[in-house]
Amino acid sequence: MTITHAEEYREPQLVAPLIERIRRRSRKPVRLMEVCGTHTVSIFRSGIRSLLPETITLLSGPGCPVCVTAQRDIDACIALAAMPGVMLTTFGDLMRVPGSHGSLRQEKAAGHDIRIVYSAMDALELAAENPDRNVVFIGIGFETTAPTVAAAIAVANQRNIRNFLVYSVHKTVPQALEALVNDPETRIDGFLLPGHVSVITGLAAYRPFVSRHAIPCVVAGFEPADILLAIAMLIDQMEDGRAALENAYPRAVTEAGNAKAKALMQQVFEPVDAIWRGLGQIPASGLGFRGPYRNHDAAEALRPDPGNVQEPAACACGDVLKGIKTPLDCPLFGTACTPMHPVGPCMVSSEGTCAAYFRYHPRT
Amino acid sequence: MPPSHSESITLDHGSGGRISHELTTRLIVPLFQNAVLETLHDGAFLSIGKERIAFTTDSYTVDPVFFPGGSIGDLAVNGTVNDLAMCGACPKWLSMGLILEEGLPVSDLERILSDMARAAQEAGVTIVTGDTKVVPRGAADRIFINTSGIGVIAENVHIGPDRAMPGDRILLSGTIADHGVCVLANRQGMGFDVPVRSDTAALNGLVQVMLDVDPNIHVLRDPTRGGLGTALNEIAGQSGVGIRISEDAIPLQPAVAGLCELLGYDPLYLANEGKLIAFVSPDTADRVLDAMKRHPLGQQAACIGEVVDPHPAKVVLKTRIGGKRIVDMLSGEQLPRIC
Repeated sequence: MTITHAEEYREPQLVAPLIERIRRRSRKPVRLMEVCGTHTVSIFRSGIRSLLPETITLLSGPGCPVCVTAQRDIDACIALAAMPGVMLTTFGDLMRVPGSHGSLRQEKAAGHDIRIVYSAMDALELAAENPDRNVVFIGIGFETTAPTVAAAIAVANQRNIRNFLVYSVHKTVPQALEALVNDPETRIDGFLLPGHVSVITGLAAYRPFVSRHAIPCVVAGFEPADILLAIAMLIDQMEDGRAALENAYPRAVTEAGNAKAKALMQQVFEPVDAIWRGLGQIPASGLGFRGPYRNHDAAEALRPDPGNVQEPAACACGDVLKGIKTPLDCPLFGTACTPMHPVGPCMVSSEGTCAAYFRYHPRT
Repeated sequence: MPPSHSESITLDHGSGGRISHELTTRLIVPLFQNAVLETLHDGAFLSIGKERIAFTTDSYTVDPVFFPGGSIGDLAVNGTVNDLAMCGACPKWLSMGLILEEGLPVSDLERILSDMARAAQEAGVTIVTGDTKVVPRGAADRIFINTSGIGVIAENVHIGPDRAMPGDRILLSGTIADHGVCVLANRQGMGFDVPVRSDTAALNGLVQVMLDVDPNIHVLRDPTRGGLGTALNEIAGQSGVGIRISEDAIPLQPAVAGLCELLGYDPLYLANEGKLIAFVSPDTADRVLDAMKRHPLGQQAACIGEVVDPHPAKVVLKTRIGGKRIVDMLSGEQLPRIC
């Protein structure tokens, strides 16, 4: 069988020396946060946790876009789905997230027109094919997805497709890092920075943060060898008493990032304050619409009413997202809250920490 | 927790994973109480005089109805043939129930029926009865097909989902997730050009060569909806044993692995329509595996793990890099990730 590009980074001969290096160097107990949900899933799926020394605690951070979406925004999306004349389009991950009074999956079962799409462009085409409907796309995700959504909005503007609307709950990662380290409850010794996001932002986006806080940060890819290399580089920094921004994913991440994607994002969106589940309001961490594109803003055009917003009682998702608690510390985990009957978003998203614990972590 | 009366059915209930399982075991089985149904095997084991037969039924709804490697037609025949084969039965007769949506082109129906006829001939079964209904546009998605089947079980064959025992080797007949990825990639709006064909195929011939080597195969299962991960969990639960499998040993096409990575899908939970898993005594496992490899549908067969005493009812995977993790039952339908 031919080795694909990704498989090279899973070969035991590449991985074993990295594990050995980590075990040899790691002396003092450290708490490392993988910010990105894809990292969390990759770490669990490849069994990395079972191979690391006890000195290293891995915390899963706020890098699952579904999980950090505020309850009010989930409720607003559900309200949009129920509005007359609306066809709601979304990435699949959002379908099962519980709002205060239901989920998109249940709204779909109740007969509302909700469609899973694989890109914002697909939603734009649906808008072009259905001029008598308001086709609303839920714009969710970090710097990875925001440029493609911006592109769809720009094209809609150019083609004068006025019935293409976006409900933007996009968020940006560097601001969340800032909020995490400023939170007195968190204890994070170093960050595994998200690979996909960093492809767009470049290393430059993190430089102010790292210089302000002197905390070790390493950008990591998603294969086991990528993640282990990043952990090894973090351990090296900590054992050497350094705190720097380093790149363990140079085959994809540059200093400047993807200029075209960033320009598109800046053309269509502007930074706005945003509310994150668990982290609260973070200044300039969301993406709102710039003037010429505001007629595609679903929040402005349709003003969905989220109704009586209720946070799920006793749900620890907020603390899990900050690394203060693990899912095992949540009283609901595995009993009242399971992937079949999720209470909080971390249990339902495929990249959610609780879902990963439930799926991959031994429960007895 | 049983499904509550205020809940409505969502697509998750048809995923073939834990939520489907829950619907079956908590809502359906208790209402139709009987020992045959409660075995929850791919088909029912029944006796008529001294003759033992297997009886099974399945309904087919697939989008798109035509896909590389097959159509809903051959799927509907092969699926039911396979359910009988997984009982160790020799499939004989099939019924065919068609639910057609108003507006379906007759040429499409003709193509689907031709595929059914060809698949039946290849599998050596006869379609002996049927029924056709037409429903208004919007009441069905082009065409739904139900097939039921009857097969005869040889005297010395005793296959059951509760017969896995410590020491058993777990044999898999080939690459996983081909059907699931093929259908996903060819679904409208996906826009992925993935060179993967569905693996839909009738497995009764393969089963026969395996039974010729060892009539005492303990468990047979075709991991369809819910995939390999869910099927192994069901067997671990029903037999009350632990299962250890090795990621390295599970055959997977690179293109399938690639699309799964892109969408955040786990191939362990994607559907297969022409693959089987067998739990076989360690004494005969090598010879059964050799026989599988000599059959056209088992050329990439592999031993993927074994049954163990520790961690009963759980499936543990040794990852390629040497780590360990749990393989749980699929919870709901897999959905593509965001980033």
